[in-house]
Amino acid sequence: MTELLSFEKSRPNAQGPRLPDADVEAPALTDLLPRELLRARPPELPRLSEPEIMRHYSRLASMNYSISEQFYPLGSCTMKYNPVVNEAAAAMPGFTDLHPYQGEDTVQGALSLMWRLEQALCAVVGVDRVTLQPAAGAHGEWTALRMIQAFHRSRGEARTEVLVPDSAHGTNPASAALSGFQVVEVKSGPDGRISLADLEGKLSPKVAALMLTNPNTLGLFERQILDIADIVHSTGAMLYYDGANLNAFMGICRPGDMGFDAVHMNLHKTFTTPHGGGGPGAGPVGVKADLVPFLPTPTVERMNGHLKLDFKRPLSIGRVRSFYGNFGMLVRAYTYIVAMGGDGLTQASLDAVLSANYLRNEVDGALEMPHEGPCMHEFVASARNLAPQGIKALDVAKGLLERDFYAPTIYFPLVVPEAIMVEPTETESKATLDAFAAAIKDIVRQAKESPEALHEAPHGLPVGRLDEVATARHINAYLQGQSEDPILRWKPAP
Amino acid sequence: MLAAIGVSSMDDLLVDIPRSLRLPALELPVGLSEFETMAQMKSLAARNQVFADRLTFRGGGVYRRFIPSAVAAVTSKPEFYSAYTPYQPEASQGTLQAIYEFQTLIAELTALDVANASMYDGATAVAEAAMMAHIHTDRNEVVVAGYLHPEYLEVLRAFSEGRGIKVRKGTEANSKTAAVVFQQPDFLGLLVDAHGLTESAHKAGALAIACVDPISLAILAPPGEYGADIAAGEGQQLGLSPSFGGPHVGFIACRKDLVRRLPGRLIGSSHDAAGRRGFVLTLTAREQHIRRERATSNICTNHSLCALAASVYMTYMGADGLRQVAEVSFKRAHALAERLSALPGWEMAFPERQFLNEFPIRVPKGPAVLRRLARNGILGGLDVHRWFRELKGVLTFTCTEVNDARALDELVEALAS
Repeated sequence: MTELLSFEKSRPNAQGPRLPDADVEAPALTDLLPRELLRARPPELPRLSEPEIMRHYSRLASMNYSISEQFYPLGSCTMKYNPVVNEAAAAMPGFTDLHPYQGEDTVQGALSLMWRLEQALCAVVGVDRVTLQPAAGAHGEWTALRMIQAFHRSRGEARTEVLVPDSAHGTNPASAALSGFQVVEVKSGPDGRISLADLEGKLSPKVAALMLTNPNTLGLFERQILDIADIVHSTGAMLYYDGANLNAFMGICRPGDMGFDAVHMNLHKTFTTPHGGGGPGAGPVGVKADLVPFLPTPTVERMNGHLKLDFKRPLSIGRVRSFYGNFGMLVRAYTYIVAMGGDGLTQASLDAVLSANYLRNEVDGALEMPHEGPCMHEFVASARNLAPQGIKALDVAKGLLERDFYAPTIYFPLVVPEAIMVEPTETESKATLDAFAAAIKDIVRQAKESPEALHEAPHGLPVGRLDEVATARHINAYLQGQSEDPILRWKPAP
Repeated sequence: MLAAIGVSSMDDLLVDIPRSLRLPALELPVGLSEFETMAQMKSLAARNQVFADRLTFRGGGVYRRFIPSAVAAVTSKPEFYSAYTPYQPEASQGTLQAIYEFQTLIAELTALDVANASMYDGATAVAEAAMMAHIHTDRNEVVVAGYLHPEYLEVLRAFSEGRGIKVRKGTEANSKTAAVVFQQPDFLGLLVDAHGLTESAHKAGALAIACVDPISLAILAPPGEYGADIAAGEGQQLGLSPSFGGPHVGFIACRKDLVRRLPGRLIGSSHDAAGRRGFVLTLTAREQHIRRERATSNICTNHSLCALAASVYMTYMGADGLRQVAEVSFKRAHALAERLSALPGWEMAFPERQFLNEFPIRVPKGPAVLRRLARNGILGGLDVHRWFRELKGVLTFTCTEVNDARALDELVEALAS
């Protein structure tokens, strides 16, 4: 099943929307504005009636897998169920219809929500203050690194390097580079954890921070975290926590207690705001006292029971986005926290760890487990054992799609060959986990019996495997002027 | 499940966590039922004052506009809102095609070659556009001409500072200038000489970055027509509620030769072995998960669902619908400007300048005026003195298709009383 583009369905005589007239005495546009200011050629937007539009998008919706319909074991992405009460709360006009430049006295409820969310996040990760402004995890990483940079500069230190483990998310080195830092990679040891010897060798007075996630991207808790923190702090560097894996230990332990100075959180992972097909998310950053003066402006402050936005922060790194963050996502995350409570969040993490270990145990043998367990909230398997049949992690992923599961994260982290990274989350039942394990075993059986069929998976989806290489080649031809077809957008056939 | 794993308690699974780090309890209130949760959220919402859309005359980057019911009907489909970034194209064609259509809609609106899959907001879109120019020209200065949204300027400064890029206010580009950034219409609502600014940027070998209002592009010359290299902007007006400032959606479009500098996701069309058309994430070699510290940007999450809302909105309105709301907004704002400047002591702050649907006006005792309007349930103009010392007493008023003729009367009556 494929669906024509809205542009291809466009009809010149389709019934457009009925819109009001101006209904006031005023000159026409062309009477006041000179022609060179006006648009010469109208944009070629599709022209469709409302029923056609609704059917178009309904058909597109039916071509997606989503957490509402499928198990979505994407490692590192924490695809848990998005409670619908979050959506109900966020849809209230008391939140959606607020203008960001209304007077403070007219938005006390919104500021109070932000204040309470900040307090709750402080309690979960063990920090002193939180900025809610960053729009996403990577945005939060960058915000935190800018604060760390400002902290060192305020002490007259020009630290130019940031250490990043080889198992880190790609956003870590990218965020460091965009803050103007040089990225130095730290190696993992054979047990999948950071190598202390390599870390010590790379620390120097030039190092501003070590970026770490714990549990790491292999789903393993860095047992030596307290030693790591001591070593890093002894050189005057700071410890940055990538909160991608926060779902592993809410109520169990806290990055702040581990010695982290700055922590970003993905509200769209741990706190159930929906992923929206790639966003919007929210990436608040928590910091210890040393970094508080450098928080982005504005912060929410409480004075005599009244909440205010504080713009006067002389050491602040400034603003990292417009207004106050993705407020609508903050409402959803706060709703989740209120509903779950401290007890519920703790149970969520315990269940996430239980699910991951259970599933790991069930698929162990069918796939290789390159590292010793137990794991935390996710595990990384390897499809290396299927190499003799010519089967790769990608084939396993496509085989899962064919069996009505979304695929795990594959080829990440880079330190594991043919990596298959599975994060089941706490919101999946044992029956779902069992069905997934059975699907993995069935794929392994198929790999051995008829690998060529698996190479052609998935069948029965709107499209089969797409030729991404050809796409890239066609774009190159376009960019080099050898083709008129831009590939990156629709154009009418000449 | 514990037995299947071969352990006797949860603690056996948490052995790697040092005992000294184990938390006795998470210090938050206990969980609530859905009914109690909603009661709490309702009480928070009730502590905010909601101004009727027709009585909202404040803009400054966020606007009340008519949002067709079709938008929420589509974005509330869980197949869209609860999907992840479309890493597995066969199981994500809905999201991928919707973004491909968004890219095309934005490219058409801006009259540029290619648009990306969306950005966080207008501010980060402008900042990322400037970073594109920095990489492309290998120059270290960005010139900001005129009244760029002050928060966009702050974000641009924050982005630039880490990378050692200088941000300068002015109009003249020189041999160090990577880009000239201007906003059309500007933060005050005034039209600028986009053509002239673009030409002078190009003369110095710099790129021209136009920060544009997407609705205005139904009637105003788009960046592609006056030769700007990159268009960036905020898409909130395309079907998204104000929501206290977010989530909204940023967009970036550019000329063909800058495509490899684009930040974020890009969707391209492709085919499967059976010849069926499909869509994929492409040119990923620019991105953080492949190129790590050499990526064009660190952006990973974008604002897909907001881009979807914008696509539904633009498709619903069509070129004629967009033009209609832009013209109605233009006429209402001009009618309002006429009436406000007739009030005693009120005068247009820049009478010689043209505007579309937002305009600056000098007002005696502005803050008191705004308080009085608020008591009448009217969200009056925006006091821009907060950002610009030279604009003491200046408020910007905005009109859109939701401010009906009667609402204009009510505003003027409240001011005259």
